[in-house]
Formats: sequence, structure tokens, C-alpha cells
Amino acid sequence: MSVAKTKKSSSKPGTRTIRTEVLSRVEGEGGLYVKIANGEVADVQLKIFEPPRFFEAFLRGRSYEEAPDITARICGICPVAYQMCAVQSMEAAFGATVTPEIRALRRLLYCGEWIESHTLHIVFLHAPDFLGYPDGIAMARDHRELVLQALHIKKSGNELMTVVGGREIHPINVRVGGFYRAPAASEFTEVRAKLETAREYAAKAVRFAAGLPFPDFERDYEFVALRHPEEYPITEGRLVSSGGLDIDVADYERHFVEEHVRHSNALHSILRGRGPYHVGPLARFNLNYDRLPGALQEMAASAGLQPGCRNPFKSILVRAIELLFACEEAIRLIDEYRRPDPPAVPVEPREASGCAITEAPRGILYHRYQLDESGAILEAKIVPPTSQNQKTIEADLRELVGRNLEMQAVELTPLCEQAVRNYDPCISCATHFLKFELERN
Amino acid sequence: LNYELLIGIGNSDRGDDGAGREVVRRLRNRGFSPERLRELDGEAASILEAWKGANKVLLIDAMQSGRPPGTILRFDATSNPVPTILRCCSTHGFGVAAAVELARALDLLPDRVEIIGIEIESPEVGPGLTPAVESAVEALVTELAGKNACAQPTRPVVPPGS
Repeated sequence: MSVAKTKKSSSKPGTRTIRTEVLSRVEGEGGLYVKIANGEVADVQLKIFEPPRFFEAFLRGRSYEEAPDITARICGICPVAYQMCAVQSMEAAFGATVTPEIRALRRLLYCGEWIESHTLHIVFLHAPDFLGYPDGIAMARDHRELVLQALHIKKSGNELMTVVGGREIHPINVRVGGFYRAPAASEFTEVRAKLETAREYAAKAVRFAAGLPFPDFERDYEFVALRHPEEYPITEGRLVSSGGLDIDVADYERHFVEEHVRHSNALHSILRGRGPYHVGPLARFNLNYDRLPGALQEMAASAGLQPGCRNPFKSILVRAIELLFACEEAIRLIDEYRRPDPPAVPVEPREASGCAITEAPRGILYHRYQLDESGAILEAKIVPPTSQNQKTIEADLRELVGRNLEMQAVELTPLCEQAVRNYDPCISCATHFLKFELERN
Repeated sequence: LNYELLIGIGNSDRGDDGAGREVVRRLRNRGFSPERLRELDGEAASILEAWKGANKVLLIDAMQSGRPPGTILRFDATSNPVPTILRCCSTHGFGVAAAVELARALDLLPDRVEIIGIEIESPEVGPGLTPAVESAVEALVTELAGKNACAQPTRPVVPPGS
């Protein structure tokens, strides 16, 4: 959810305040407060107003079986990420191992979510920033073909979600242990054909993104992402960082802590002893470049993208590469599809705790559940990617504003918004209703 | 009015936010043709997909504009841009207003598009409508049912997923 409402005002003589009531074009309602005083950046705050962690409380006392569907409701953009974390946490707790066929079908479903989410963000939400359009609609008039192709890509993602997940938003077919029903191979025929076209269009989207003007901006980040022995990470792997972290996901809370900050109802996550970190496409790409197919590595190189990229504005280009990857991966998984039979493995509840991390489109999502012997949830912990990136977003803005202090508000405000959207912040995961303010005196 | 498609928009797990969908559900329960009723979460691409082939479309969405909860706003989006009030206050991101304006920019707008916004109290997590919104929803259902708003097919609407 987001609300597009911008208000600019000036107050006392000598003081200028630019205020954007609500930051548009982020998933969820988000905002930011930037204060410039005495020629320096005095404060940067990403503000969040949603009652924090409602869902964690809401889950208490519910059955483990309900967690995938309840947590999927947190976000309309990445429900699969929530479902996959929930089911894998429960399976870890109960010692259940799914079959390779179920695992592959989950990865296929997740590809659908990457396709939907990345397309929306690249073309409709972020590209207008680079090209100087107020929004995707204004851009559509001049870039009709790109937008129509994006709609096709998105639709192929929607259809993949429908075939595997049962419906295009909030899939209902996912359960702990596997799926309620596994599609027959023949059910993928139509969507596979659409994905072929989507793949062509995604390759065009990569070339389009490669041609965008990227602000000259780099920072040193600690990138954090999953890493799998063979695959570009989506549903599982160890958790690694560019700073040398390499841990089992079960040790996540030993290394990452959440801090409550006064200006926000959400919790800000930091890497213990090291501070803010960066999750999402850029982190995945930098830490898993060698897991991309050779052709995609070449495509990235020809688009001017190398592993070790530290320009957050190039995340749109990485997203395009990942979009193309998700289309190709979905086609591969469909071609190699073996119908899981049975569609789910049996699960025996026991008193235990279990956690999981998956790569949501915007970065790692962590779930942990404490369960009693009947499988009722005693405690739930959910750390969405957006709250993990919040401190990094603030740090980017501090740096960006600091380097552009002489810039007029009319230029600085959109640049700040563009920088926030580098992270595709899904505020509805972490929050609800936010404001944007730039204050200068 | 005889709409070929009524689309209720919202998230029924977010309280009042599901008001638009609730109108559509109640019309379905009153025997209106399910092919003419759709529930969507408000994502623009899905809206553009849903109304393909339909000439007269009514969108019903939740809004938060600061008006008293239960207020119903109507707007004919056929030839005029969706007004700021509806753009601002739809609770669905790149959603209803975006879908309409994107379709207009791409020349994919149905011949006639109307929007009804229902002012909501709060999109709290959990199902159920607050009393003022409940009344507004019921009034709207009665009105649309009374007008037989989507009864007679004039041409087939492309079913979902085709």
C-alpha cells in the first residue's frame, strides 16, 4: 500500500522546509525525514508508524499449520517469501525433510514472486526516477513498448503463481511439508509459453536498465545474502557476508540483533559489533555472481555490471538481471518438472523451535517459531528485509545529502526518493503509513 | 447503469480495507452473475488484465481522505483523470488510480470506467468492517442490486486467467 501525497511548504524566513507527506512508489507507506543545519546533514530518519510486530503476537497460540497463510497476509507483494520461511521453519523444527520434487516446485513458485515483484519495481516504480518522470504513468506515454512488455512479464509471473500457488496473490496451495496439490506437468504448458516471451522482454529490460543514467555514488557496505552450494540463492543456503560471515541460518540471532529506535515503530536490524548491512539484489549478486549461469554473467558484464558493485543505484540493473534469471530458472524448472507424489511429506509436531531464511525479492527474510508438543506457536519472530536495510538506507541518505548540500530541494527531494527506492522498501512488511520530510535551515 | 464488470478492491484481512471486496461478495450472494464480479487486491497489472474485453467497468475501492468513515465518493474516470483525492487516498499502492491512468496512457481503458471510493476508518489487521463502513457497504449493495447494476450481459467478459 502506498499513498502519493506531496506537500511542499516554506516556513520562517531563513529556514526552508521541504516536506513530502507520504513517500510514493514504495510498497507500503513510507517516509523519511532529512534535516540539514549549518551546512551539514544533521539528521536522517526513516520513520515508521505501524504498530510493531502485530503479526508476531497474532501468531501466538495458532497452529503451526496456520503460519504459512497468516504470515503470507503481511505483504501482497512477497507472500511466497513469508510462506516459504514459515513452512521451512516448521519443517526444521519438526525434523521433516521435503523431497527434491517439492523443493523444486517451491523454487518455481518463488520464481513467480521474483518475476512479479522485480518487474513492478524496475519498470513502474524505479525507472521513472532515472528518466525524470513523476511516475510510471507519465513514463508509459513515452515508453509504451517497455511498459506493455513489463505488463506481459508481470502477467507471466502472476500465472505461474496461479498454477503453482492456486491463485495469483496470496497463494493458498502451500502447506507445511509441501503442497496441498501438485500441478500436473500439462498445467504448465501455457505459462511456459508466456515465460518464453517474458524471457525475451526481460533481456530487453536488462538492456534498458543498462542504459539508465546512474548517479555517481558508492559506499562501503557489508553485503549479506544466502549462499547455496550450487544455485543462485532463493529458498535456502548458508548466510554469508562480504565481511567474511559464513553461518548456518540457525545462528542468525547470535549475529544479528534488532534495536528499537525512537523515531520508528519498526525494529532496526544490525550485524552485532559491525553495524548496518545491506540485503537484496545487489548483495545477492555480489555474493553469488559465480552461481549465475554463464550467459547471464556475460550479460551483466556487457551491461557494465561487475561483482563487487557498490553503487546502490545500480540495484535496478541487478534486479533486471535477476528478473531474467527468474524467467530462465522458471522455464528450466518447468522443463525438469517431476510432479511431487505425494504432494507433501508427513509432519509430526513436537516441542521444538525452528527457523528459516529465504531470499525475498528485496532481501533476506528471517522467521523463527517456538512450538509446543501439539504444534501450537508459543513465540514467533519475523525479521523482514526492509527493517534489515533501514539503517543502510538512512546511511545512504546521510552520505548522499552530504555530498549534495548545495543542491536545491527541487532536485534533492527526488534524488533522496530515488535512493530510498534503490532498496524497493516494502514498508507494509515492516510498517504502515510513513512520511517524507526534508528540513533545511 | 449496466456494468459488464464490477471489481471490488482491497485486502479483506485488513479490516475496512476489504470494503470494496465485501460489496462484490454481497452482490454475489444476492445472485449476481459471478462472471461479472471480481475481487482483486488492487495491483494495477491485475486490474488491467481483469477488465480486458469489458466495456463498462465499475471499480469499488477503500479510501482514506479524512472524510467521515462510510462516506461514498463516485467518480467517472472515463474521460477525466482520477482526481487527486482518489489518487491520494486509495490504500492500494500502484493500484486503482494507477491502473486507470496507466490504461489511459496506453490506450487500454475500457469505454466506460467508474470508481466508487468508500471512506474507511482503519485498515487494522484482521477481518471485519467497522460499523460506519458496514452501513456504507450495505447501502451500496442495496443500491447496486436495486439498479440491477450488472445483470444483463451485453457481451462476454474475458474470464480470469484467459
